Amino acid sequence: MADYSLTTPLSDDDVKKLKAGDTVKLTGTIYTARDAAHARLVDLLDEGKELPIPLEGEIIYYVGPSPTPPGKPIGSAGPTTSYRMDPYAPALLDQGLKGMIGKGARNDAVVDAMKRNTAVYFAATGGAAALISRSITSAEIVAYEDLGAEAIRKLTVEGFPVIVAQDCTGGNVYEEGQKKYAK
Amino acid sequence: MREIEASRITEEVARLCMEANFELEDDVQRALEKAHEAEESPAGKEVLRQIIENSGIARGGKIPMCQDTGLAVIFAEVGQDVHIAGGGFEDAINEGVRKGYTDGYLRKSVLADPVKGGNTGDNTPAIIHTTIVPGEALKLWVVPKGGGSENMSRIAMMKPADGIEGIKKFVLENVKAASGNPCPPIIVGIGIGGTFERCALLAKKALLREIGSTHPDELYASLEKELLEKVNDLGVGPMGFGGRTTALAVHIEVAPRHIASFPVSMNLNCHAARHKYIEL
Repeated sequence: MADYSLTTPLSDDDVKKLKAGDTVKLTGTIYTARDAAHARLVDLLDEGKELPIPLEGEIIYYVGPSPTPPGKPIGSAGPTTSYRMDPYAPALLDQGLKGMIGKGARNDAVVDAMKRNTAVYFAATGGAAALISRSITSAEIVAYEDLGAEAIRKLTVEGFPVIVAQDCTGGNVYEEGQKKYAK
Repeated sequence: MREIEASRITEEVARLCMEANFELEDDVQRALEKAHEAEESPAGKEVLRQIIENSGIARGGKIPMCQDTGLAVIFAEVGQDVHIAGGGFEDAINEGVRKGYTDGYLRKSVLADPVKGGNTGDNTPAIIHTTIVPGEALKLWVVPKGGGSENMSRIAMMKPADGIEGIKKFVLENVKAASGNPCPPIIVGIGIGGTFERCALLAKKALLREIGSTHPDELYASLEKELLEKVNDLGVGPMGFGGRTTALAVHIEVAPRHIASFPVSMNLNCHAARHKYIEL
């Protein structure tokens, strides 16, 4: 298992070298979106309208942070479960999205979209939200403020800790890891 | 007759909502530390290290350990000789939840209508389970419950002929299928018996028990032990990355059932197993 530091936006070469199980520290800009924001983004695509955020080379983090306490850039901000975004993810990947961060495995449709678009799915540690928020240096709502915790935020991150959960060749840390430790 | 002011209930619920989200209970902390020492998988060990470090950051900074600060589930045991003065009992609890989630910068995750949506903005209404018991005590358990592990919970109306083997199969299949989604290491609450709705509540109540405690009935105590071993032998591991620690505990609660019914339920809790208790 390799250990990488990557800066956003991600290139095809960045993604191609990542294998399931590798650990990565991400630095740069990432966008947040979860259930409600995904539904709106895909509606816009269906209507042929412009999206409120760029997708080319970008990473979307599935998170609904807790409210920001005074003097902090953001509240606690750990990943939410990713399968709920599976119905929407392929459409975004086909628009150039390079990475997703969440927790838990993705379905075959997402894996196929990751393969055809050279994209990667990262997992962050669920429930380690206070720790993870330390690597977020700024947060700004850029769309859907009415959704509250579910609004789209632009985050600046520094050394954001993730593991490559599913890579662009079909490698899958859940399947491989669990097989190894099952008795 | 003992009188308890509604405002006191509000204050205590508000405080416990915050404390539950900031401070991991000692039993869970100890179980995580033990798991970290024993974990063989490098990815699993790193997850457990992060979880333990996270718990320290949340406690020290008085910030929520998980951004999903949950629906506020409240179990109440009210002595029948208690008079609640100056307001309604459930109103007092909901006011406490409102205050705790606002003052504590906790996430508001309640949609007013399940289909039409609309965030209530203050994390109310709480999910309140009240029982009336003899005496003058008022006991409250504040149990913020996250969505990720709740979504992986299941109930089955099995046949009496399915028996104990049926229970084992149901639990193991569903924990395996849940994989990394409920944020393992998990706590597995199992309800056996009762009606459909009682069975689900038994599984939720099983999550309140201290880790390391065993069922008083030998049959269920040994089933808890066996299931814990078998769940961990699934190899799901911390966050589903593979490893020896899938669950920290399996707790079973049982109730009498109909001769024709054999309900079995499984309520999962993530490793951020939050619960606070107070007797007023």
